[in-house]
Amino acid sequence: MKTSFIKRTATWLGAAALATALSAATLTNTVWAEPLKVGFVYVGPVGDHGWTYRHDQGRKAIDKALGDKVKTTLVESVKEGADAERVIRQLAASGHKLIFTTSFGFMNPTLKVAKSFPNVRFEHATGYKQSANVATYGARFYEGRHIAGLIAGKMTKSNVIGYIGSFPIPEVVRGINAFTLALRKVNPKATVKVVWVNTWYDPGKEGAAAKALIDQGADVILQHTDSPAAVQAAQERGVWAVGQASDMTKFGPKSHLTAIVDVWDNYYVSRAKAVLDGSWTSGDTWGGLKQGMLAMAPYNTAIPAEVRAMAKKAQAGIIAGAVHPFAGPIRDQMGVEKLPAGKNLDDGALLSMNWYVEGVQGKLPK
Amino acid sequence: MEVLAAVLITVIGAATPLLFAAVGELVVEKSGVLNLGIEGMMVLGAVGAFAVNLTSGSATLGILAGAAAGAAMAMVFALLTLTLLANQVASGLALTIFGIGASALIGRSFVGMPVARLPQLDLPGLSDLAIVGPLLFGHDVLVYLSILSIPAAIWFLERSRAGLVLRSIGENHQAAHALGHPVILARYLALLFGGAMAGLGGAYLSLAYTPMWAENMTAGRGWIALALVVFATWRPGRLLLGAYLFGGITVAQLHLQGFGFAIPAQFLSMLPYLATIAVLVAISADGTRAGLNAPASLGRIFHPEA
Repeated sequence: MKTSFIKRTATWLGAAALATALSAATLTNTVWAEPLKVGFVYVGPVGDHGWTYRHDQGRKAIDKALGDKVKTTLVESVKEGADAERVIRQLAASGHKLIFTTSFGFMNPTLKVAKSFPNVRFEHATGYKQSANVATYGARFYEGRHIAGLIAGKMTKSNVIGYIGSFPIPEVVRGINAFTLALRKVNPKATVKVVWVNTWYDPGKEGAAAKALIDQGADVILQHTDSPAAVQAAQERGVWAVGQASDMTKFGPKSHLTAIVDVWDNYYVSRAKAVLDGSWTSGDTWGGLKQGMLAMAPYNTAIPAEVRAMAKKAQAGIIAGAVHPFAGPIRDQMGVEKLPAGKNLDDGALLSMNWYVEGVQGKLPK
Repeated sequence: MEVLAAVLITVIGAATPLLFAAVGELVVEKSGVLNLGIEGMMVLGAVGAFAVNLTSGSATLGILAGAAAGAAMAMVFALLTLTLLANQVASGLALTIFGIGASALIGRSFVGMPVARLPQLDLPGLSDLAIVGPLLFGHDVLVYLSILSIPAAIWFLERSRAGLVLRSIGENHQAAHALGHPVILARYLALLFGGAMAGLGGAYLSLAYTPMWAENMTAGRGWIALALVVFATWRPGRLLLGAYLFGGITVAQLHLQGFGFAIPAQFLSMLPYLATIAVLVAISADGTRAGLNAPASLGRIFHPEA
């Protein structure tokens, strides 16, 4: 969920990409059927090594899986707001029949353009408003946080975990809570310190936050921000870290326990196929490990075998539906029971989560 | 105490890029030129340093490339404002926007690549001392260079003849011109220095602070450096204090959160700017003392014929 992102790359880059794609398209129309044109609108640069990078990997997966039958176009670093509407409209008007808009802030522009192009299918990431030709999709990243929590609980010596948050929105709070619940399941003495950096992406600040947390005793660093700076800082100080969005091993081969990797490939390919065979329908997809919308980066070989086995077992359990990261009993910071044993939090409660579970230190900023 | 030393080391890291860029800008402003393009020069310095370090494998070449990239950007600005007499504010802003875009373009193929951190000083015996060891003898070359730039700037501006000429040009370029001082040349050289220093600030970010290239990785530090010059009322000594203070605030806000203090992070983020505004107000209120340091010709275009 990218509600805000510093993006100042000149939009002419995107315009140039569009122009090139258009001119190329006119040349390759010699096959018996016209290829399906698929457009992608990104909030950041494809080179962010995080959120947008992973979406672009999904675009490449479509190219690879469907070859001549599709033609993909991307427009990167699009500002949320009026700019977005212009870009989406341009894609729709230039013959793209399936358009992915990959940031939360593209929600209203997507719906607006979709109204004027009823024959074009739209896919909006992390949104909650659908229409006849606008579907939404997201990933249950908290499932990965659960596995990270189990590993961290076993690896910590100081029993203090540092967690770098971007913005206090339900998506991020849900991740902190899923992590903390799993952490304390295997290590009831462990607590989580959260530092908010108020940005998705500022390597300097993310690195400084990691160092601050390490100085305060944390020996495992989690992050819900996009740069590998925290993993790097962890390596420098000799503590553990868990990466985000992409595999960040090469930024800290010794410190990188694993990473929660976004995988849009399968979903993107299946949606493009659905348009090709006419089976596309609108709806909301919130997939997890089971649907392959996220994956765990290779576990560090420094993790003891039994801990790795435990992580793999939890992963299999989540896929089979036997393990739910938000299974009761769940208590909040005050120790008040929010959910009794034997129940699981429902999606509504997960999507609006604005409280910390027991074991998280500090107050959640409002 | 160990923790305190670790925190101070983090503060030094946060302050070093600010210090580089601000010392450069201070000299530039003392010559009567206002260059708002620090952010652009820094970010280009960051990508230049990273690219050269990664491809050549030499950190020294990387540092030099960072300084050169910043200086090259400054020369574009100098050409626009000194030779073609374009507006300094508009040109500086354009330089920042251009720098962010150009660095992203250059850096496309360098995203997601790690590079070894700049080597840190390791003096047998001294660097291993408790607390003072890592604090005084455990930094990389850029940290020491940034601190040395302060006495160098003080000596140049206040003790050398060239510095006196530079200051006189910044105070009244027409009078300096009438006395036969090379106004345009002096300003070109000041900008060259300012650009190289901003480039070094960027190089510190991409080679030492967070050894990687990421788009827009300066994230507004150029603007803080600009505010820092005003905060220091154009005095290099106060600049050192200010840079460590501003760096300290950034690190303190993270530590306070970790300790569970409920101060909004946004409030602490705006403290450097609030402090700068307070200093600006003080200058305007008391034109006799603090205001004396502000170069009188700052931002004004110099027409040699007029």
